[in-house]
Amino acid sequence: MDEGSVEQRCIAIIAKSKLIPEDTVTRDKTFDELAIDSLDKINISFEIEDAFNIQIPDDSISSLKTVGDVIDGVIRLQHEAADQPAATAI
Amino acid sequence: MKRVVITGMGCVTPIGNTIPEFESSLFAGRTGIAEFGLLPEAVEGQNGIRFNRMASVTGFDPDQHLTSGVITATNLTAQFAIVAARQAAAQSELMKHYAPEDIAVILGCSCGGRSSEEIETAKLYYRNARVHPLTVPRTMASAGGSHISIDLGITGPVLNISTACASSTHAIGQAFHMVRSGSSEAAIAGGHEAPLTFGFLRAWDSMRVVSSTSCRPFSADRDGMTLGEGAAMLVLESLDSALARKATIFAEIVGFGMSADAHHITQPQSDGAALAMRKALKDAGASPDDVGYINAHGTGTQANDAVEAEAIHKVFGERASQLPVSSTKGLTGHCMGATGAVEALATVLALHTGQLPFNAGTSAVDPAINLDIILNEPRPADPTRDIALSNSLAFGGLNGVIALKRYDALSRSA
Repeated sequence: MDEGSVEQRCIAIIAKSKLIPEDTVTRDKTFDELAIDSLDKINISFEIEDAFNIQIPDDSISSLKTVGDVIDGVIRLQHEAADQPAATAI
Repeated sequence: MKRVVITGMGCVTPIGNTIPEFESSLFAGRTGIAEFGLLPEAVEGQNGIRFNRMASVTGFDPDQHLTSGVITATNLTAQFAIVAARQAAAQSELMKHYAPEDIAVILGCSCGGRSSEEIETAKLYYRNARVHPLTVPRTMASAGGSHISIDLGITGPVLNISTACASSTHAIGQAFHMVRSGSSEAAIAGGHEAPLTFGFLRAWDSMRVVSSTSCRPFSADRDGMTLGEGAAMLVLESLDSALARKATIFAEIVGFGMSADAHHITQPQSDGAALAMRKALKDAGASPDDVGYINAHGTGTQANDAVEAEAIHKVFGERASQLPVSSTKGLTGHCMGATGAVEALATVLALHTGQLPFNAGTSAVDPAINLDIILNEPRPADPTRDIALSNSLAFGGLNGVIALKRYDALSRSA
């Protein structure tokens, strides 16, 4: 998935979770500006994990401060997953 | 001991999501019981339930009332609670007149966030899917009280009482005692429930106590209860305080009685129900002759209605057959933990308006009941008997009865 597509999907998930228009969610927006609290972060992280089939480590969730952090984190986790050797059947 | 009055009311129910709507439906006999289709959690052809009617809340849109954060963190049951509590607090101007720490929130909720639990558990068991991270706060039975305290900024005691179908009667009674003793200056008391899920309906279906048609309390041909949902809230404060701030007073709470049958987990027994009514009258310093209306638990099951009638005969003796009685479950269905609050609300409105709600859904009363069941239309209240009882008789033999009194010029000078 290209990075532009990841960004759009992350924005859509955040907007849906907060019931706000997608055009109000931009990469530079902080969670404070979007009134995203700790519970929202957990909820959004859950939806992101499902959407991208990734696992966000606990310490990463607490360090998320902006929409850009979410997008960059997803891209990084996708790259890490791609770098792992494929599991082989024994 | 302080006299305790009701100065605010709020509701989200199958017969109205505001007090004016509820009152209009209550006295017009407009039922909230309707057919339901395929339930959201069921797959096509899986409903398999022997009944097809329930009393759902309609026209309730959480987006109109609550922020996205609250909606995400709550189940429907807490959403009902918040909205009903806001109405009651606004009507009484509660937050304007009391310090947040002097207000209590005492609620009854028996089932918690039932749909959230079922949906997440089904995902886990059948698809090995992950459980949503907000499942715990959505399913806590105490979530409604917590959200009301957060929403209104109330910092006094917040309690949830879970005593099955008597939950919110016990909650109102507990709040009454707290305000009467002065341990809290004011309280929001009531109950909330949103239990109409596929699993819950199947569980009730398996007990074979749900009407295949519609709840007809005390009817000769009654064949069971109808399940409902909703919330009702009352604001309680002392009479002195209400008078001092010139609040509108809708009724007075004068007594509360509780008892346990100590008999059976589902079969009611009349001695326990009679004991709760006697205790409520004793707490009120009233006699059976003072009672002019009983809002019965009246579920429409064979067992409940016969036992409740027997209990009323035990308490009221020869006058029982002339004592006006109705159950409002033919309108609202049985709202589980919220039912006591919904029926207390109906009783307050009966006292305040001077008209007694009729027993909707019933055309011919079971002769064995031998009570004066109000049929077909509301009846003017007897002005010489100013006390009404609201009965709740729960599974497990847990009984709660609230004694309410008309508040008018006569009681004002009492």
